[in-house]
Amino acid sequence: MITKTVYIYRAFERFWHWTQALLIMFLALTGFEIHGSIEFFGFEAAVTYHNVAAYALIILIVFAIFWHLTTGEWRQYIPSLTHVRTYMNYYVFGIFRDEPHPTRKSVLSKLNPLQKLTYFGLKVLIIPGMLISGLFYIFYRYPQKHGIEALNIESLEIIAIIHTAGAFLLLAFLIVHLYLMTTGETVFSNLRAMLTGYEQLHEEEEDQGINIQVISEADEEEKA
Amino acid sequence: MKRIAGILTIVALTVLVAYTMFAPRSAPPSHMTELRARMKQKPPPTVDHALFPQLQGPFERPQDVAGTCISCHNHRHTEVMQSNHWNWEREEYIVGRGVVYIGKKNAMNNFCIGAMGNEQSCAKCHIGFGMDDEGFSYTDATNIDCLICHDQTDTYAKASEAGGAPEPSLDLGIIARSVGRPDRDNCGVCHFYGGGGNNVKHGDLDEAMFATTRDVDVHMGADGMDMTCIDCHVTENHNIAGKLYSLSSMNRNRATCEPCHTELPHEDEILNEHTLKVACQTCHIPVYAKVNATKTHWNWSTAGKLEDGQPYHVEDENGNHTYLSIKGSFTWGTNLEPEYQWFNGTASHYLLGDTVPAGSDLIVLNELHGSYADEDSKIIPVKVHRAVQPFDPGTRMLIMPRLYAEAVGDSAFWKDFDWVKAAEAGMGHAGLPFSGDYEFIKTEMNWPVNHMVATKENTVQCTECHTREDGRLAKLTDFYLPGRDYSPLVENGGVALLLLSFLGVLIHAGVRIGASRRRKNGGAR
Ligand code: HEM
Repeated sequence: MITKTVYIYRAFERFWHWTQALLIMFLALTGFEIHGSIEFFGFEAAVTYHNVAAYALIILIVFAIFWHLTTGEWRQYIPSLTHVRTYMNYYVFGIFRDEPHPTRKSVLSKLNPLQKLTYFGLKVLIIPGMLISGLFYIFYRYPQKHGIEALNIESLEIIAIIHTAGAFLLLAFLIVHLYLMTTGETVFSNLRAMLTGYEQLHEEEEDQGINIQVISEADEEEKA
Repeated sequence: MKRIAGILTIVALTVLVAYTMFAPRSAPPSHMTELRARMKQKPPPTVDHALFPQLQGPFERPQDVAGTCISCHNHRHTEVMQSNHWNWEREEYIVGRGVVYIGKKNAMNNFCIGAMGNEQSCAKCHIGFGMDDEGFSYTDATNIDCLICHDQTDTYAKASEAGGAPEPSLDLGIIARSVGRPDRDNCGVCHFYGGGGNNVKHGDLDEAMFATTRDVDVHMGADGMDMTCIDCHVTENHNIAGKLYSLSSMNRNRATCEPCHTELPHEDEILNEHTLKVACQTCHIPVYAKVNATKTHWNWSTAGKLEDGQPYHVEDENGNHTYLSIKGSFTWGTNLEPEYQWFNGTASHYLLGDTVPAGSDLIVLNELHGSYADEDSKIIPVKVHRAVQPFDPGTRMLIMPRLYAEAVGDSAFWKDFDWVKAAEAGMGHAGLPFSGDYEFIKTEMNWPVNHMVATKENTVQCTECHTREDGRLAKLTDFYLPGRDYSPLVENGGVALLLLSFLGVLIHAGVRIGASRRRKNGGAR
């Protein structure tokens, strides 16, 4: 197999990824303390930390959005349903037989179809959902004393439940994400890539990053 | 370029996070410093009454003292005569009931039940002289007891069962020459002893507060600001701010914390937000009855037991009565955690002669109104006094018995121990029917707790309310409280999702490891 060391994750991307990871874990820790599930910092500290980390995350997300738009990297996340099935098959069967990934990772296509779908959902639904419900949680007042009456929401309940549900989803994502990290070329290759920016990728200049051979094989298997 | 931007962002974020987390947050708010300075200034008296020839006495009757006061303060008596201290009554509007006059004449409580027919002894705490069973002259200004509030010798005392007259042995001249601004002793001699003994009724007004420390009451502590009652119960023209909801129903003339402490007194924004829905007292009075016990339960149904034909009493180890033949049995408590209720400043009352709908087996004598959804409501701490008291199942009215009389044979329960006779006499006196039948019914009275404010180190902590089980607010369920409430669906679904994810990962990893082992061992695919 011909491989080449490729600079795949740029500095900001790596910074964004790891800061976001830390912030989300920290938000989960403090959030579930507020929620009453665990005890760690103490409630009052948890509330303060959660709010600070939340603002930090918001700032980070603003930068990340800017970065994604200016670099055009946002296109990486446009989901498509092609090959989703193939990829599911890969994770359910192929991976155990040490088959190669059905699609190939490249600078232009870093994400496999399942990742695209998941990250798209994360970025379009879960994170904005957390952000918006979180901001409502911060600015929620009932009644709006000296404030805008029209913004009166009579109960925190719906806000809090959406926020909690999102938190569970994020945690579940985290568990699976941490595991799938180990399913790269080698157990640590993905991790190393996200830390250093460099990854050994298959060299095949012109193709679109799709391992045609593998896919046709998988399709055949499906038919059989 | 991008690298620099990235590094700058990292630095900025780290600084921001570090600053907000570790910034000093404890410099005392400057308004507290100002407040302390203001409260330290105790205004000196502007005149010395001892020098006035009019006050040299001697005074035969207490009315002569009042007349002398009025001869100089020739408008003040009109102010006093409009006050509820004098009238024992307020004009109040009750939602769903209209305008009513509520006072000792028609209100019922669940301690000694009511003043009707017992005026002679109750008048010990009235600011007037000459009250008897027949009533009282509310128009005779010389009946105003100026001295009970203005005596500064701390010797003035009213005689028992004398219609409000002072102890005959006192030299009224000495007392009259001492007068000044009311201090804690003047208010305390009545208000600490409501219910016939120290701290019986309120629980947060205790004779220990005549001289106390900040630990008991942060305002009154001699080691602190040593404030008097009227520092907060600000009084103008004899109209005293503040009243208790045992006898009032409207949201007006309340003594509140905000005039001194402002509406947003905390450094911390999130604590300030609490003030929208939580009264100051709720967090700042974690326990009441800190020194001496207060009554929590009163059971009239056991009253009347005699030993050898004589009434008797039983005391607990602290000297509190747990049984009195004339009154029944009691439960006492110290260092009590309040109960919590929503309150918007309005209340309704059971008034003498009200009938209770059939089927109800609990009467709340003063219901505090409020709910989460009501914009004007806040959570307040309350001492709930529970009792079992006489009730007429025929008329479905609470019974106002005649309790006190001078002698046996006058139908007074405290002398004759006969409920039927006492009820007949008491209800008759009030002009109300009595069916001849009596039983006992459960009642509750709500006493908002406003005193014995704790030092800031001892305030209620977050997790005393924001906790899953048995928090202080466990009974207030009409709103979502973070840390206490959750959606069982999301909770169970969420936990299941996490477990499944974890399990899925484990199984997948297990199979992966197994497969790769087999491959390594040369096993067929
Ligand atoms: C920008 C994003 C976020 C904002 C603005 C935000 C804001 C908040 C706020 C204001 C609260 C209420 C506690 C308080 O008063 O401080 C809260 C609670 C909570 N947060 Fe967040 N949060 C955010 C992100 C997250 C994330 C990423 C997680 C978890 C992965 C999370 C988990 C929780 C949980 C579990 C609670 C407790 C909910 C409850 O029991 O009602 N939050 N959040």
